[in-house]
Amino acid sequence: MNWKSWGISKSPWLYHVNTGSCNNCDIEIVDCLTPKFDVERFGGKLVGSPRHADVLMVTGPITRKSKPRFERVLEASAKPFIVAAVGTCACSKGMFHDAYNCVGPVRKVTETVDEDIMVLNIPGCPPRPEAIIDGLVTGLNQLKEVEV
Amino acid sequence: MVGSLVFDFFVFPGLVFTLAVGIIASWVVRKVSALIQWRVGPPLLQPAYDIAKLFGKENIIPSGSSEWSYLIAPLFGPAGLLLASIILVKANYLGTSFIGDVIVVLYLLVLPALSVILGGMSTGNPLSSMGSNRELRLMVAYELPLLLAITAAIVNSGGLKLVTFTAQPVVASISGSLGFVAALLCIQAELGFIPFDTPEAETELMGGPLIEYSGPLLGLYKISHLMGLLVLPLFLVTVFLGGFSTGWGALWGALKYVLVLVGIILIKNTNPRLRSDQALKFFWYGAAPLALLSLVLAVVGNLIGLGWV
Repeated sequence: MNWKSWGISKSPWLYHVNTGSCNNCDIEIVDCLTPKFDVERFGGKLVGSPRHADVLMVTGPITRKSKPRFERVLEASAKPFIVAAVGTCACSKGMFHDAYNCVGPVRKVTETVDEDIMVLNIPGCPPRPEAIIDGLVTGLNQLKEVEV
Repeated sequence: MVGSLVFDFFVFPGLVFTLAVGIIASWVVRKVSALIQWRVGPPLLQPAYDIAKLFGKENIIPSGSSEWSYLIAPLFGPAGLLLASIILVKANYLGTSFIGDVIVVLYLLVLPALSVILGGMSTGNPLSSMGSNRELRLMVAYELPLLLAITAAIVNSGGLKLVTFTAQPVVASISGSLGFVAALLCIQAELGFIPFDTPEAETELMGGPLIEYSGPLLGLYKISHLMGLLVLPLFLVTVFLGGFSTGWGALWGALKYVLVLVGIILIKNTNPRLRSDQALKFFWYGAAPLALLSLVLAVVGNLIGLGWV
């Protein structure tokens, strides 16, 4: 087991990146922090700077305008980190599949920056807070075995 | 001799002890906050996980920063608090004390805030220099009432040694209890807790002075914060509440420490954040007159020879 990925799985600090989403997924991410769902049980907390982030929670299908900003966030984050694509748009572009102004999904953009970045896909429109927490915990448990 | 010195610095009152108690105290802060907010809260070793993870991450040096001060600044906080912790614990536990050690501890307690200011100023990020600016303003605000309250305690107990405070609890007099209230509010600001968390305001400054720090250097700031959670309440307990001693006295002292800590957490969780100017007004027009009153009462009590004033 790699101790760096073990550390991330034990204390995932979440940074929230909106790449053109309709705000539904954003509100569900904020729901994860409320008393009912309390993501701090797993050590997670929302941080304000990508330098502190371990998990980038990306929502939205990545519009042309937001792509360079998202790439800058990926470069500014301290490695190792993982990316969680929250919502159907971020996972597979969803209803924006043939839209001219969207360049997603998230995995496609992260692969152009660095092929080794691990991407968790959490589908749903929007995913329920339970689904987000379940996706995070499943992904972080797998993370203990792999190198990030 | 050298062996016992190394033991002092790295094991018992030093690094290992301070870190262990700091981790538990930090967990208590998060758990009690969670319980007040009707949540479950993090597991016991969560602060330790956080620090272990931060030491495994990449250390980014921002391109616009002044590298040397950026790299050196995080070291001052833990170093100062480590020395303060050793002086405080040895004065309580072994009774070893020297004239003026309370002043030494006061100066050492300034170091964490200075290290945050220096680090924030050297990153070249506008948000972090704004945070440093606010931290500096907050320091100007809380140092005055803190020093007045400690001076009142010194006059009240009649000595500059930490041991003289522990002989009889200062808080058992009117001047001592007023000074204790003022000093508790200053400690709240020194720890950077709500209502005095303008420097790190997460919702507007995104972490303030620490915004550009990542990896091990951020971990050092976190270590400095959790050492502060041990040292600052312990300083209050020593100066105002009679400290602790060996045997059953250690348990009684730990109880007093936990009470001060829980008081700080309750203030943290039941108040909104003050603006910088409101905090300055609060300390200069609210806490400082209180501490001054406590000092005047202590001097008068000393002159007419009444112990309880």
